[in-house]
Amino acid sequence: MNIRSIGLIYRREMGTYFSSYIAYVVIAMFLLVTGYFFYNLLASFSVISFQAQSNPMLERQYNLLNINETVVRPLFGNISIVMLLMTPLLTMRLIAEERKSGTLELLRSYPVSDIDILLAKYFACLTVFLAMIIPTIVYPVLLVILGEPEIMPMVTGYLGLLLLGATFISIGLFTSSLTENQIIAAAVSFGLLFCFWLLSYSIAFVSADLGKFIGYIALNEHLESLAKGVLDSEDIIYYLGLIALFIFLSLRSMESRQW
Amino acid sequence: MIAVENLIKDYGSHRAIDDVSFSMEKGEILGFLGPNGAGKTTMMRILTCCMPATSGRATVAGYDCFDEPLEVRRRIGYLPERVPLYDDMRVSDYLEFVAGMKGMTASSVPDSVRQVAENCGLSDVYGRRIGAISRGYRQRVGLAQALVNDPEILILDEPTVGLDPGQIKEIRALIKDLSGRHTIILSTHILPEVSLLCSKVVIINQGKLVAMDTPENLGAQVGGSSRLLLHIGGPPEQVETALGQVSGVTSVQRDGTSQVDECRFFVDFDQGQNPRKDLQALIAENNWELMEMRSISASLEDVFIKLVTRED
Ligand SMILES: Nc1ncnc2c1ncn2[C@@H]1O[C@H](COP(=O)(O)OP(=O)(O)OP(=O)(O)O)[C@@H](O)[C@H]1O
Ligand SMILES: [Mg+2]
Repeated sequence: MNIRSIGLIYRREMGTYFSSYIAYVVIAMFLLVTGYFFYNLLASFSVISFQAQSNPMLERQYNLLNINETVVRPLFGNISIVMLLMTPLLTMRLIAEERKSGTLELLRSYPVSDIDILLAKYFACLTVFLAMIIPTIVYPVLLVILGEPEIMPMVTGYLGLLLLGATFISIGLFTSSLTENQIIAAAVSFGLLFCFWLLSYSIAFVSADLGKFIGYIALNEHLESLAKGVLDSEDIIYYLGLIALFIFLSLRSMESRQW
Repeated sequence: MIAVENLIKDYGSHRAIDDVSFSMEKGEILGFLGPNGAGKTTMMRILTCCMPATSGRATVAGYDCFDEPLEVRRRIGYLPERVPLYDDMRVSDYLEFVAGMKGMTASSVPDSVRQVAENCGLSDVYGRRIGAISRGYRQRVGLAQALVNDPEILILDEPTVGLDPGQIKEIRALIKDLSGRHTIILSTHILPEVSLLCSKVVIINQGKLVAMDTPENLGAQVGGSSRLLLHIGGPPEQVETALGQVSGVTSVQRDGTSQVDECRFFVDFDQGQNPRKDLQALIAENNWELMEMRSISASLEDVFIKLVTRED
């Protein structure tokens, strides 16, 4: 591993993300959609709160006046769905674009190992992802100003989003390394992400043991517990393990491709 | 310096390189010649460790391309056929990026980048975006990135494609200048380029090596006879018969575009013979006018055509 090469490729990648406006467009769309979700959650919460003043039953029946339950948790759920839609757009170009243009061939004729190339690209994409997710901190900050939500679930929730995004990116990196066509890379990573995501739906229909297993490998199950404010090392290990697995698979795919 | 032994490369079921072996010494310039699809680019990709061979061995500077790719890559500069560059970067930034990637120390990067840019004639486009420069300049940037760290070995896939004639001359001079200290492999379709630059020629066809020698030897090997072009002022029929009777001359052909009192002739004679003196004497004797006499030796072009079509 050569830190200097990683740094150089990282800088070059960041240059492409911003000079091609990919980063700006994706970040802007992400903030637009998540902002819209946040506004709606907040609006319905305030409507319910207003009604609850004249109808105390409402408060007792549901947990609706708990801002954690009605705003914070759905917000994290929504943000993660939008992330799922946006990250393949960031990752699809990572390897596929360079393979198509042929620059990968030239890059690999320099004394740099494949893992350095992959890590540099991974971290560049992760940086853009951070630039995308960090502005959303405005939403919880607004909640803290306006109401009295619990802080801990928001902190662990963000940790969860971060890990989830990092996992999405490693999956996207892998699919991008499979092909020279960016559309195919994006389509396959959408497919993989949705599968990992929707796995939890089948828990109800299978045996208990299998259900437990599926619950363990489904991406969103782990986010749930983090969003509840439960910091479990198992969840963190799960995400880190997946990231390592997909970076390893990307490496294998880079090495085995003979074009 | 570079050795290839029994190299085979299959793309699926298609054999692109079929049992090729050759080697070259330090300081040589080797020209790769072959028709489209012969396997030149494939060979270069294997030598630059871009992809593994199906079987056989390739070693560069003593390192195996498959086992120690990083050591090989440290010693080569590669110009790929398509000249793939990052279009969104400036020429200067790109060359600095490459210099860094090739492990040059940060302090030596600016100077060597400026130097190589100057050598490759890039001063005019130095600050431009690569996507916005012309084809010829792209080619030069590609060459510059191969040369930037002054590597021992240069592998250039059609280095002069897309350049204007003046620039072709300059780049050839540059390559010639690099020889001696560097070992160079280049592929080309321009045959005179091979005679001009290369100390050794490898001709491949459909993945098979058909010839390997110096350009001069190859010319001699194939051209069994030599040819002179004569432009003579005199009655064409008479001149033609007279020329045919000079000793050593095997055949005389009259150029189609003849006028009444002057004509061009192609005179073939056996190799080893030199009928020039006799021809001159003959012309002087008959009081004809010798307007031009030029030898047309069997060009590399003829060799090439002969070798690659011989099998069919
Ligand atoms: N990626 C690939 N997949 C399958 N076949 C390939 C691939 N690349 C090249 N080939 C085949 O291998 C053979 C050799 O190709 P190569 O590009 O090495 O030829 P070349 O000598 O460089 O030709 P040119 O003079 O046109 O550049 C060709 O028949 C080509 O069709
Ligand atoms: Mg080629």
